[in-house]
Amino acid sequence: MEVNGIPNVRTCIAPLLEGVAVRMQDRLASWPQNNTDNAFVSTVQDIDILIVGAGPAGMEAALQAATFGASVLLVDENQRVGGQLIKQTHKFFGSKEEKAGTRGISIAKDLEDQLCDDRFKDKIDVLLDATVFGFYEDDTEDRYTFGVISRKEYKSRLIKVVCRSVIFTVGAMENMLLFPGNDLPGVYGAGAVQTLMNVYGVKPGERVLMVGAGNVGLIVGYQLLQAGIKVDRVVEAAPTIGGYHVHAAKLRRCSVPIYTRHSIKEVFGADCVKGAVVVELDDHWNPIQGSEEIVTCDTVCLAVGLTPSTRLLEQIGVDMALVPEAGGYIALHDERMQTSVPRVYVAGDSSGIEEASTAMIEGKIAGAMAAKQLGYQQEKAQTAYEGFLKELKRLRAGPFGAKPRDAKQRIQRLWRKRP
Amino acid sequence: MSDFENTGILSISDLVLPTNEQLEKGVAITECIQRIPCNPCVDSCPVHAISMKDINALPVVDYDACIACGRCVGVCPGLAIFVVKVQGDQALITLPYEFLPRPQKGESVSVLDRAGKTMGKGKIIRVKQQGRTSIITVSVEKKYAMDVRNIRV
Repeated sequence: MEVNGIPNVRTCIAPLLEGVAVRMQDRLASWPQNNTDNAFVSTVQDIDILIVGAGPAGMEAALQAATFGASVLLVDENQRVGGQLIKQTHKFFGSKEEKAGTRGISIAKDLEDQLCDDRFKDKIDVLLDATVFGFYEDDTEDRYTFGVISRKEYKSRLIKVVCRSVIFTVGAMENMLLFPGNDLPGVYGAGAVQTLMNVYGVKPGERVLMVGAGNVGLIVGYQLLQAGIKVDRVVEAAPTIGGYHVHAAKLRRCSVPIYTRHSIKEVFGADCVKGAVVVELDDHWNPIQGSEEIVTCDTVCLAVGLTPSTRLLEQIGVDMALVPEAGGYIALHDERMQTSVPRVYVAGDSSGIEEASTAMIEGKIAGAMAAKQLGYQQEKAQTAYEGFLKELKRLRAGPFGAKPRDAKQRIQRLWRKRP
Repeated sequence: MSDFENTGILSISDLVLPTNEQLEKGVAITECIQRIPCNPCVDSCPVHAISMKDINALPVVDYDACIACGRCVGVCPGLAIFVVKVQGDQALITLPYEFLPRPQKGESVSVLDRAGKTMGKGKIIRVKQQGRTSIITVSVEKKYAMDVRNIRV
């Protein structure tokens, strides 16, 4: 969409201000015209570490890097820091170190307070409502240059960021499912439903069909109930519930049925969702003819997995590989979270889909190691790193850690095999 | 393959059950049967009655040591701990509740089992707040001690 003459705006996260002009943009944008409201000002900032994405991994990376003395620019396209944490109203798992028992929203507040702490005043700059859109070659060998567009108050500013190191904590995109009617208003990703309910305080609908019984589907299903919305059922294509039993149990004791080996076949309605057809699957995941059932609902919520966001990493040219356990193509990285391009780091979901608790530790690792690499408090950073690594291994040791463990092992193998 | 992985509902055989004497004293029952990396219940217990070998192990409650204080009920991120105390022909179930409106002491509410099936009515004995989680104690017929796990206000 185009807002006030600025193209390529994600209107779902842009503030609605009095008098803004929103226009459909169904093709490539034309270069915005210079005018007084939309001045393009080129700025240069020389900083140690650019961190792209202020979610749990990015915030922890910034705090660690700054603790060891590096200067940080933390950029996020949203209006506030926190990433997915700001909609996670449930209590987190883990141990004291990962703030277990604390709700995601409280963790976001705590990390935000730390970022604003006086001792980081000269170390951490936060740039919100801004997108890092491109990587550019730089004449200086040990510097990287990125293009950033800031949209604050619908005044676009083009900023050239020059940094010594960069950490990508850009998160992931929700997966979509193919079925007739999936473009009808009322078909949402689970993340969008959470944003509407828990961030904007808007009910997405009155009666929901949840697709996917992983932790995201189960947790968002429960949060829908808490918002006073009816959840008709949860369907899950796999033969078993993928998320934690305790999350499934919360839904079940509120009378929400969960159907494994079931999927969505289609959604119907003229201009919005009026209902959906669900179908049972056989051992080979094929629909069983005649098992179709109509579910009356005005909302279909898709919680069918996430795909790491890697476009900027691809543009830089880091070594990528398809790692299905990690959720798709990811940047190969070592245990320090460094990619094949020196001083380019990755952490959190964009390095392989996992949990917020492990994303925070990966962020800490990337932050500490990037600072160390630039020469800041090398011994202390190394000690901290070894502690974080242990914590990470401990969290991944159980059966639910098997998938991320496999993913990271495969990444390590591919990393070592690089030419 | 255990049934709860298909249904999301535990059966009594999935749990370590307390004895009748322990139930009369009152005990915390952890309905947490998967090895997930989580241990705040261990830290919350004032008498160290909950133990875990490592963070991915299952919590083990020493029913004799447990004083049924219910602190773990409000701490558990999975809302999977319940305190059950049998008193005469009644069972007092203490459960976590994260819905509004909160019930009032003395109120009569519907009581539900693990499948969300209504098991009749119960009386609210106590309402506590632990953070944003309400800790509700509801009194039900003794025979439902191991069945009732939710309320509907």
